[in-house]
Amino acid sequence: MERLNKIWPPLAVLVAIVAIWWYAVIATESLIFPTPGQVVIGTLELVEDGSLWEHIGASLMRVGMGFSLAVLVAVPMGLWMGRVEGAFRTLNPVFQILRPISPIAWIPVAILWFGVGNASPVFLIFIAAVFPMIVQTAAGVHTIEKRYLRAAENFGVSRSKLFRQVIVPAVLPEIIVGMRISLGVAWLVVVAAEMIALRSGLGYLIIDSRNAGNRYDLVIAGMIIIGLIGLALDGIMRLLEKLKVVRWRYGR
Amino acid sequence: MDVKISVNQVKKRFNALPVVDGVDFSVADGEFVAIVGPSGCGKSTLMKIVAGFERPDEGSVAIDGKAMTKPGPKGIVISQHGSVFPWLTVQQNLMFGLNGDNHGDKAALADHYAEMVGLKGFENAYPHELSGGMLKRAEIARALVVKPEILYMDEPFSALDALMNLKMRNELLRVLSEERHTVLLITHDVEEAIYLADRILVLSPRPTRIQASFKVEQPHPRKLSNPELQKLKEEILSQLGL
Repeated sequence: MERLNKIWPPLAVLVAIVAIWWYAVIATESLIFPTPGQVVIGTLELVEDGSLWEHIGASLMRVGMGFSLAVLVAVPMGLWMGRVEGAFRTLNPVFQILRPISPIAWIPVAILWFGVGNASPVFLIFIAAVFPMIVQTAAGVHTIEKRYLRAAENFGVSRSKLFRQVIVPAVLPEIIVGMRISLGVAWLVVVAAEMIALRSGLGYLIIDSRNAGNRYDLVIAGMIIIGLIGLALDGIMRLLEKLKVVRWRYGR
Repeated sequence: MDVKISVNQVKKRFNALPVVDGVDFSVADGEFVAIVGPSGCGKSTLMKIVAGFERPDEGSVAIDGKAMTKPGPKGIVISQHGSVFPWLTVQQNLMFGLNGDNHGDKAALADHYAEMVGLKGFENAYPHELSGGMLKRAEIARALVVKPEILYMDEPFSALDALMNLKMRNELLRVLSEERHTVLLITHDVEEAIYLADRILVLSPRPTRIQASFKVEQPHPRKLSNPELQKLKEEILSQLGL
């Protein structure tokens, strides 16, 4: 019952939006903008010829690669910057300058360096994901409470044990927050990147549908699918926050 | 008895502010010494120096006759807010200090001490699932596992509620009756010091030095209502200006 109470208000809003949309399209007699029904039919078309799964797969694959690369670089880098004061002082200003540059602004550079293949969007996602994660991880190391580091020093543990049993687990919650933020940004970016060139992906689907005969039903379908997948990705990252080893950090 | 800790004319200042001003005392092997002093007098600074976390500006600290240069598992600090790692289970916390392979079955050793402090059945619990008192027991057990020669306790029970505070005093005495350690306790609670310690040092306000020293001869278990202990309490309080 309680679950139901939580679910129905947003559901009601969604139903209302669809109803208003439907009514507005019919009332304005729009020839191009589709009704929700046409969007569903268009989506089924894509499902039937299999191209929907190809586009979703292509986008997810690019995000997966760029994001994984970013994790591999950002986590060690963030830990290093967090522990070594000189590294932080040297590199942090650089990353603070690079971070606010929209990944979209890198598109021309990406095309120049990597061409219009898969490497460009992967690079853009890497750029988008890596900086927030570095900053978050380094900040996480800085906020480890002194008393824990003192205790580790007191027991005279080795450097590797200090890392494995104190620093990494202490920072893991921050790393997960950084990953969540980064994955959200990465998903925004892949769609934008795919609009530029390429032959697959949800961003390509949207632009191609418009260019090839004003198929706005497919444009809207692509948008909704992007939203739903973004929600699902965030849900997966939220599951990580429920892991036993990090639950101490996010309240009880 | 052998001298375990010897503190010689230790002085420490923060910028221009002198905090510790020539403190001199020694603790015998197996002795339980309590240091009481007004709040803000530099008790904790003194403790950090004795435990090796800070260097004195002048004077020296020696453990077993050797100059103290850095903290180590020979003397474990137990502080007010505790430092049980929240990301490790009780058992993993207890095994944390066991370095190297010469400890046999580490898990069994950890469980032995968990049982000693009354945490049997909670080995796989995470700290946030424990009460404040249990957390303190876990911290004490984690220290005991490495068989430290000295326990440095900095207001160990002051974050607990009053009843748990009293209970933990008895727990500590029980544990110490099983395994004798040298203990240096820092507290602002005069009764706690009288209840636990063999000897009580009273610190002056900042810049602090040792103002008075009292021996507590009563055998354990002590009753604080005992007239002699009451008289001792009066004397210590008057030293503290109360």
